[in-house]
Amino acid sequence: MLQEAVRVLADERIAPRAAEIDRTAEFPWDVKELLASHDILGLPFPVEYGGLGGELLTVALAVEQISRVCATSGLILAVQELGALPLLLAGTDEQKQRWFPDLAAGRTLIAFALTEAEAGSDAASARTRGVRDGDDWIIEGSKRFISQGSVADLIAVFATTETNEKTPRHERMTCFIVERGMAGFGVDRIEHKMGIRGSPTAELSFHGVRVPDANRVGEPGTGFGIAMRTLDRSRPGIAAQAVGIAQGALDVAASYASERRQFGRPIAEFQMIQAMLADMDAGTEAARQLLYKACTEIDAGSRDAARWSAMCKLVAGDNAMRVTTDAVQVLGGYGYIDEFPVERMMRDAKITQLYEGTQQIQRLVIARALAGRGG
Amino acid sequence: MHIVVLVKPVPDTASSGERLGPDGRLDRAAVPAVVNANDEYALEAALKLVEAHGGEVTIVSMATAGATDTMRKALAMGATRGVLVTDDALAGADHVTTVKVLAAALSGLEYDLVLAGADTSDGQGGVVGAGVAVLTGLPYLSYAAKIEPDPDARQVRVRRISPTGYDVLEAALPALVVCTQALGEPRYPSLKGIMAARSKEIVTRSLADLGIEAGSVGGAVATTALVGSEAPPPRAATRVVREAPDAAAREIVAFLAERRII
Repeated sequence: MLQEAVRVLADERIAPRAAEIDRTAEFPWDVKELLASHDILGLPFPVEYGGLGGELLTVALAVEQISRVCATSGLILAVQELGALPLLLAGTDEQKQRWFPDLAAGRTLIAFALTEAEAGSDAASARTRGVRDGDDWIIEGSKRFISQGSVADLIAVFATTETNEKTPRHERMTCFIVERGMAGFGVDRIEHKMGIRGSPTAELSFHGVRVPDANRVGEPGTGFGIAMRTLDRSRPGIAAQAVGIAQGALDVAASYASERRQFGRPIAEFQMIQAMLADMDAGTEAARQLLYKACTEIDAGSRDAARWSAMCKLVAGDNAMRVTTDAVQVLGGYGYIDEFPVERMMRDAKITQLYEGTQQIQRLVIARALAGRGG
Repeated sequence: MHIVVLVKPVPDTASSGERLGPDGRLDRAAVPAVVNANDEYALEAALKLVEAHGGEVTIVSMATAGATDTMRKALAMGATRGVLVTDDALAGADHVTTVKVLAAALSGLEYDLVLAGADTSDGQGGVVGAGVAVLTGLPYLSYAAKIEPDPDARQVRVRRISPTGYDVLEAALPALVVCTQALGEPRYPSLKGIMAARSKEIVTRSLADLGIEAGSVGGAVATTALVGSEAPPPRAATRVVREAPDAAAREIVAFLAERRII
């Protein structure tokens, strides 16, 4: 029922905007308002803080349905969940009371800032520093490739607060909530991207930003663990985006193939086209079922959460790239021009193999989980 | 105000998956079910009334055990809880059985108003609301275009659609009102409603729970019998008039006049 409600909204209100969002590369504030007014941005938040109390699976179903027509718009919900996860996992009741009602209502947006120019896959090597100063912390440094970093009201920033070489690398970071208006916080630039062009990807700078200790999320030194647990729960959101993009491309390709006539019949009657469409459908359904299974496992508190989330993102991301590429192939020359949405979907799909951990990192996570079982 | 709405899960005609079972009856398991459209108008009216006067809406259905999924959609629109009467002995039930069962289900509930749809898209009898009023002894106010309860005075006033306009009926509460589409379009369930509906209560009642003997209801004692069923004939060729409005109007009038329809 929820899936159906979001599907109708996406088809009727978001799909007509998708091409323009891609062309103008402007953040779709109207879509953000639409998602907010239908309580969709409230899905990831607990009911006691004004949210709808949706599980990972519920959020994934919504992200999938929106991404089917517009990957940028699907990301608005996925990033709202991503940014809020550190607070959900490690925030105090007071912090949740303070920020969640506005986030759940979509009055404010939140971003997640872990990646740096020199610290991508190796996130623990972050150079952004946090130094205690009385009741406050002073944050110094910069973050790169931050989704919606320029439009967010709150940023969950991960900074190194412990420089003692004897402290293990994974116990040196702390998570802070930086508020947009804080002195010293700035947006240095917005990247020009290949896909998800309406979602602003920002480079953020922190020049001596004074953050009250009340904005610290979790204990000092627990930041890296919070970030990793966040990614365990947010990767299914990206997998959902990937499944949605793939389904959107398959839908276009299948309907095009049944209408496009060559050699006197629809190209869908040719076996080479049929084989491509069949593989696209089977691959997308497999990715979807793995995603749903991963969500229910993680929701149920699986100790294997890292493995499930890495597997579903890996499979769904690779499938989305393959399916969208094949969709362009099915449409031939028409697939390569912006008269049809599949070229956009192909560009959008690529990011799902890169962010929230590259596919290589997903394999590393899965392999480590395997090794951890004692083989 | 406590309002009970009689809600029937019916086969979704938009699914185009209808097929007849070996007994000539509709194979309900093969077709996805939806809330009967006329019942949605009644539910919408009930929700508006409790929004204005306070209170709760309970939906009551007689259906197979799987009907809870369909009832959740009504709960997602805003009803508070559901009561489902389900029993294997109800298979093949006719209107008389339906009336008996729904009346019995109401006897265990508190309410000021009972609202029902004008008819259902599958049975199309249009008699269940009236029958339930008879068995429960409730005042019967039919074909309502407007419902104005006065809970303090324990009165309800209804505009009943008539061939020339409307009649104004008044009755003491509790009363049973049959609703029409004139009451307003049913709302779409909001996401908040959908999420909330997941944890709303649907109580299941068997015939024994209602004190009804299994042999006294259902197909075995049905007063109507199925003698045959046929698919409707395919629609004849359609003629589309594409002339400009003036010429088109003349052509359509001539077409109708030729067949003495006008």
